[in-house]
Amino acid sequence: MSDAVSQNVATPATENNPIPVTVLTGYLGSGKTTLLNRILSEDHGRKYAVIVNEFGEIGIDNDLIVESDEEIYEMNNGCVCCTVRGDLVRVVEGLTRRKGRFDAILVETTGLADPVPVAQTFFMDEDVRAKTELDAVVALVDAKHLPLRLKDSREAEDQIAFADVVLLNKTDLVSADDLSKVEATIRAINPHAVIHRTERAGIDLAKVLGQKAFDLKKVLDSDPDFLEEASHAHDDHVCGPDCDHQHNHHDHDHDHHHHAHGEASAIHDVTVTSISLKAGELDSKKFFPWIQALTQEEGPNILRLKGIIAFDGDPDRYVVQGVHMIIEGDHQRAWRVDEKRESRLVFIGRNLDREELEAGFAACAARVRAHAEA
Amino acid sequence: MPSIAPYDLGEFVERAVFLGDAPAFALADGTVHLPAGGGSVLTAHDGGLLTACLDEYSNRLLTGGEDGRVVAVDAKGAMGEVASIGKKWVSVVAGGPSGAVGFASGRTAYTWTNDGKVLEKQFSRTVEGIAFAPKGLRCAVARYDGASLFFPATDAEPLFLEWKGAHLGVAFSPDGKFLVTTMQENALHGWRIADGKHMRMTGYPSKVKDWSWSAKGKFLATTGAPAAILWPFSGKDGPMGKAPLELGTRGNVMVTSVACHPSEDMLAIGYSDGMILAVRFQDSKEALLRRGGKGPLRTMAWDRRGRLLAFGSEDGEAGVVDIAG
Repeated sequence: MSDAVSQNVATPATENNPIPVTVLTGYLGSGKTTLLNRILSEDHGRKYAVIVNEFGEIGIDNDLIVESDEEIYEMNNGCVCCTVRGDLVRVVEGLTRRKGRFDAILVETTGLADPVPVAQTFFMDEDVRAKTELDAVVALVDAKHLPLRLKDSREAEDQIAFADVVLLNKTDLVSADDLSKVEATIRAINPHAVIHRTERAGIDLAKVLGQKAFDLKKVLDSDPDFLEEASHAHDDHVCGPDCDHQHNHHDHDHDHHHHAHGEASAIHDVTVTSISLKAGELDSKKFFPWIQALTQEEGPNILRLKGIIAFDGDPDRYVVQGVHMIIEGDHQRAWRVDEKRESRLVFIGRNLDREELEAGFAACAARVRAHAEA
Repeated sequence: MPSIAPYDLGEFVERAVFLGDAPAFALADGTVHLPAGGGSVLTAHDGGLLTACLDEYSNRLLTGGEDGRVVAVDAKGAMGEVASIGKKWVSVVAGGPSGAVGFASGRTAYTWTNDGKVLEKQFSRTVEGIAFAPKGLRCAVARYDGASLFFPATDAEPLFLEWKGAHLGVAFSPDGKFLVTTMQENALHGWRIADGKHMRMTGYPSKVKDWSWSAKGKFLATTGAPAAILWPFSGKDGPMGKAPLELGTRGNVMVTSVACHPSEDMLAIGYSDGMILAVRFQDSKEALLRRGGKGPLRTMAWDRRGRLLAFGSEDGEAGVVDIAG
């Protein structure tokens, strides 16, 4: 076997130590294979199992590259959006029986693949869920061809909307002006993803792997829009000093969220919207029934949701995240004294009714306590 | 009092079987361990072993691996390659009448006949499970939205038994009258083959991953609950309208493996904590065969006389229980 085996020095994965899974999405030609080759050949001391749709262009000799046919299974529970990837269930089950064989799993999807069933597999299948944890969904975007892709397909938009990390690749093939426009479009589709500009998928792997984007304990901590000073700290947060790409972003409009919406609307090809809600302290007896009913009814329209909730009388931050109808939540940590006890919730999806969401969220507000007025 | 001969095999035990009177253990690392008579270890697959089963028709162990090979180990401990399909994963195997072997990779089902021919059948969805009817060269595959019955030696269109959802495992009843599948949902589904009449077997808190037909096919014992669930199949309607038998109920410990005794109405039940009980159908009387272990029981098998029970766990613990002590 290859050197990769002797590099297997990192902590072996066990059942108490779930195996992280990174999902790579992106259109044909966006640089997925280049990134995969980088991950497999770089000297990082970790061993990866890679699930691909087709063998072929991966030039690295690795005995843990598995081919699997995309097989979407609708769950028989009357919910059209409750889908899993049957092929991933089978392959992940096969791969995870032997302990310490590899440290992480990479799933490469086809350009046309819907990222949602891939992600849902890691939440809905009990065996897969017990042995693995979804780390992040990484979308590669071809800076030159994205506008065209958005015109002729919905998948390209879905992949960006669903991503935690977007690699805006092939930046060397477009002008600075076009690059800014493409980045604004990505921001319009998904204001919460971390965007990195790359050439030939060249990126510090620490910015792609080990993101813990679905970990409730860390959810939103890395989300630029959720940070207190998001609009100012964003770019510095995204690109560390060791970033090798062009740092011309400091002259961006830092209020990128609103700016991006304005610019992208001219493209007419963006159908995904993002809605951010803000409120004070909430009443858990109102919030839980509301979010349950909402995800039941609007699940098919919700691609992702994330939130930090301040419940009346609860010293801890409560965090929630969801994919379609699947929603999970947990206490994260105590509110710090210098933090404003504020509830925030973001939705990324289609056909979302902003006014209704705002009204519903506002109606969950905790009543002001009588003694506070006394 | 039962006695146990333990074997620490150190790797996930995919399947325990008896070949003749000797136990054999197929491990996920690709090896087959034959501990009797001094003991030997065969390397059946490079990379890993994905699936293994006892071929009851030919009394041999069949295995499929990541190396795209199907391997057979016979009662003498001799190993041979049945087929090789390149670098595709062989995800399921099954033995059939007259030495036939069925296996699958992706959306293709293969049938190897003992004259050395390999017949291929393409399906529109992934072949998740494969089984042979007890008589004749007839196969069934489990797939999305149902099961397909076909005769590998002919080009006739498969007979599609439809039921919405993803079907994973498949088995014929020993009399060949019923076909049963396990599903991605926590349920089994069945069809009476003569008329396609449906049988829904639901109510499990977890996926069904192991099953075993009792002597003469009276019951189908299954995992997937904190008790073994046994569906009655003796009537002409199968389990329709009948309540299943529940044996070996244990609060919050899941049943992970089942093996019906070859001649008596008695079941060995393996649990997620490694415990093994033997339970009689008639009065639910329980006997402790193994107190517990490091990991969930994965597989169990009786020898043909019904005196020895081989078992293997996900943590590599294995052994043979002698119920006569």
